[in-house]
Amino acid sequence: MKRIVVSWAVLGAAALLVAFAPFNLQPVTSNVERIFRVEAGDFAYSPAVLHVNPGDNVTIKLVATDVVHGLYVDGYDLSVIAEPGQPAVLSFTADRPGTFRLRCSVTCGALHPFMTGKLKVGTNLLLWRGIGLALLAFLGILTLRSPGLPIVH
Amino acid sequence: MNLLRYPLIKTLLKNRWPQFTIMLVALAGFLLAVLSGLFGTPVGSRNFGIVFVWIAWWAILMLVAVPFLGRGWCSICPIPAPGEWLQRGKLLGPGEFNHRGHGENQKKGSVFSVVKPLNRRWPKRFRNIWLQNGTFLLVALFSAVILTQPRVTAIVLAAFLFAAVGISLIFERRAFCRYLCPVGGFIGLYSQLAPVEVRVVDTAVCASHVEKTCYTGSVNGYGCPWDVFPPGMVKNTYCGTCMECLRTCPHDNIAINIRPFGADLSVERNRKLDEAYKAFIMLGAAAVYSTVLLGPWGALKLAAYSVGGLPWLAYAASFLTFILLALPGLFWLTVWAGKKISGSALPVKESFVAQSYALVPLGLAAWAAFSLSFVFANFSYVLAALSDPLGWGWDLIGTAGVTWTPWLAGLTPFLQVGVLVGGFIWAAVTSRKIAAEKADSAQAVKLSTPVIVFCLAFTLTLMGLLVA
Ligand SMILES: [Cu+2]
Repeated sequence: MKRIVVSWAVLGAAALLVAFAPFNLQPVTSNVERIFRVEAGDFAYSPAVLHVNPGDNVTIKLVATDVVHGLYVDGYDLSVIAEPGQPAVLSFTADRPGTFRLRCSVTCGALHPFMTGKLKVGTNLLLWRGIGLALLAFLGILTLRSPGLPIVH
Repeated sequence: MNLLRYPLIKTLLKNRWPQFTIMLVALAGFLLAVLSGLFGTPVGSRNFGIVFVWIAWWAILMLVAVPFLGRGWCSICPIPAPGEWLQRGKLLGPGEFNHRGHGENQKKGSVFSVVKPLNRRWPKRFRNIWLQNGTFLLVALFSAVILTQPRVTAIVLAAFLFAAVGISLIFERRAFCRYLCPVGGFIGLYSQLAPVEVRVVDTAVCASHVEKTCYTGSVNGYGCPWDVFPPGMVKNTYCGTCMECLRTCPHDNIAINIRPFGADLSVERNRKLDEAYKAFIMLGAAAVYSTVLLGPWGALKLAAYSVGGLPWLAYAASFLTFILLALPGLFWLTVWAGKKISGSALPVKESFVAQSYALVPLGLAAWAAFSLSFVFANFSYVLAALSDPLGWGWDLIGTAGVTWTPWLAGLTPFLQVGVLVGGFIWAAVTSRKIAAEKADSAQAVKLSTPVIVFCLAFTLTLMGLLVA
C-alpha cells in the first residue's frame, strides 16, 4: 500500500514538473534577420512551415498568386493582407517560442478556413511537455498495474 | 444519484412543452440553415448554414453536448421531428391511445388524416449500425465540400430531413435515427462516456408490470421511439434520451442517473463488431481530417475537395483503406500480440471487439482536439452570420461588420495537449479494465499493454499533427 502511494506521489510530481517547469532551453536571442517570401495561392502557403529562432527579426513577404489572401499569426496576433500583384510585408520580432499556426485572414474561397501554415520559433516546448506527459502516463499505467485504479473515477 | 428526485427537473422533462419548444427552435434554425445554404451567399464563412452547422453546432455538440449529455442532442434534434409528427398523427402526446398512435381524434382534412404510415418493423438483418457506418463514411468522403459549400450543406441537410420523413412513414418508431443517421451513430458510440444515463430504478417492478407501457406506449406517451426495451437497457448507446419512458411508466420507475464518466465501457454485454468499427471509423476520420484539413499540405486539401477527380479518387481510396483496413488491421495485430505474450485463452476476435471499446474515449478526445483547432479560431464568423445570415448585406443585430478574429489562439494548443493526454489515460485505463474482465491481474497487464502502446502511438501522432 505504502509503495503505491509513494509511486503515485513520484509520478504526480514528475507530471507536474513536465507540465509546468519553466525550462529555459532557448538560446540567448541572436537577432538574426530572417526573410521569407511566402506565396499564397490555392488555399496553401508555400513554404507552409517557417523555422526561426527566438529573438530573430522575421520579415514575411506575402505574395498572393491567385486571389487576395491574408496571413494571421496565432499567438502573435499579427496579420497582413496581400492582393495579387501587390506583395505585402509583415515584420516582427519572434520573441515567443513555440509553434504557431498561420491562418488566412481573408475569405479567399471554399477551403479558406483550412488555409493554414506554421511558424516554428525555436523549440516547441508544449509538444515536448505533451509527449513527456503521455509517456509518464504510459509508465504509470505499466508500473501501477493493479487494474481499475481510480485514475478516472 | 437520480436527477428525477428534484421535482423541477422531473416536471420539465416529463412535460412535453419544453422539449417541443426547443425542438421547434432547432427546426427553425435547421430550416434557416437549409434556406441560407440554398439562397444565401455561396461564400461559406459568410453563410449562416455553414457557420451555424459546422462551427456553432459542431462546437456545442463535440465539446459540450456529447461528452456531458451523451445523446442529449438527439432528444431535441429537429431532423426526425416532421416525420415523427406524421407517423404519430400528432404534434404532442398521444392523448387517446390507439395502438398505431395515429388516426382517431384527428381533424378531418388535416395532413395527418391523409398520411397513412405503414409502421413496418425495421428489417432484422439491418438491426445494427453497419448502415450507419456506411452513411457516415459517405458523408465523410465528401466532407471537404460539405464543410465549405453552403449549397452542398443545404442539400445534405435537406436530404437528411426527407430521408427521415420517408423512413418514418414506412417503418415504425425512429428507424432513421437508430439505423441510418450518420451523426446519430457516433453520438451513440460516445454517449457511453457521458456522466448521465436513463435507466429503470428497479427491474423487478418492470417484471411484474404486464403492459410494459414503456415499450408499447400509453395515453401518456409513446412506446420507446428508439425501439429499446428500457428494463433491459445496460448502455446509453441506443437510448435517445427522448423521455417517453418517463412519461409512460405508471410506476415512476425511470431514473436519470448521474454516474461516473465512461461507465458503459465496463459493460461486458452487447459488445459488437459494428460498434467496434464505428470506433475505428471515428478514430481514423479524426486523424485523416487533422492531416488533410488542418495540415499545411495544400495538395491534400485540393484532392479532398476536387470530388470526382483522380486526386479525389486516390484520396477516397486511401481514406477508406486506412479507416476500414489499416487501422483495424493494426489493432488486430496489437490484440494478437497481447494474446501471445499473455498466453490468454480468449479468442482474438473476442478480445479485438472488447478492446476496441478502449478506443471510444481515445476517439472522443481526438475529435475534441481536432475541433478545438478551428472552432475558436473561427467563432467570430458566428457573430457576423447571425446578423447577416444570408450574406446579403443585412445587419440585424449590428454584428455583421465583426471582422474575423481568432479567439483563444494562444490557449488552444494547450487545451489540445491536455485533452489528448487525458484521452490517452482514459483509453489506457479502459483497455486494462476490459482485459481484466477475463484474466487475472498479471495477465491483464500483458494482454492490454500492446493496445495501450497503440493508443499512445495514436495520441502522439495526433499531437504531432495538431500542435507540432
Ligand atoms: Cu486565403
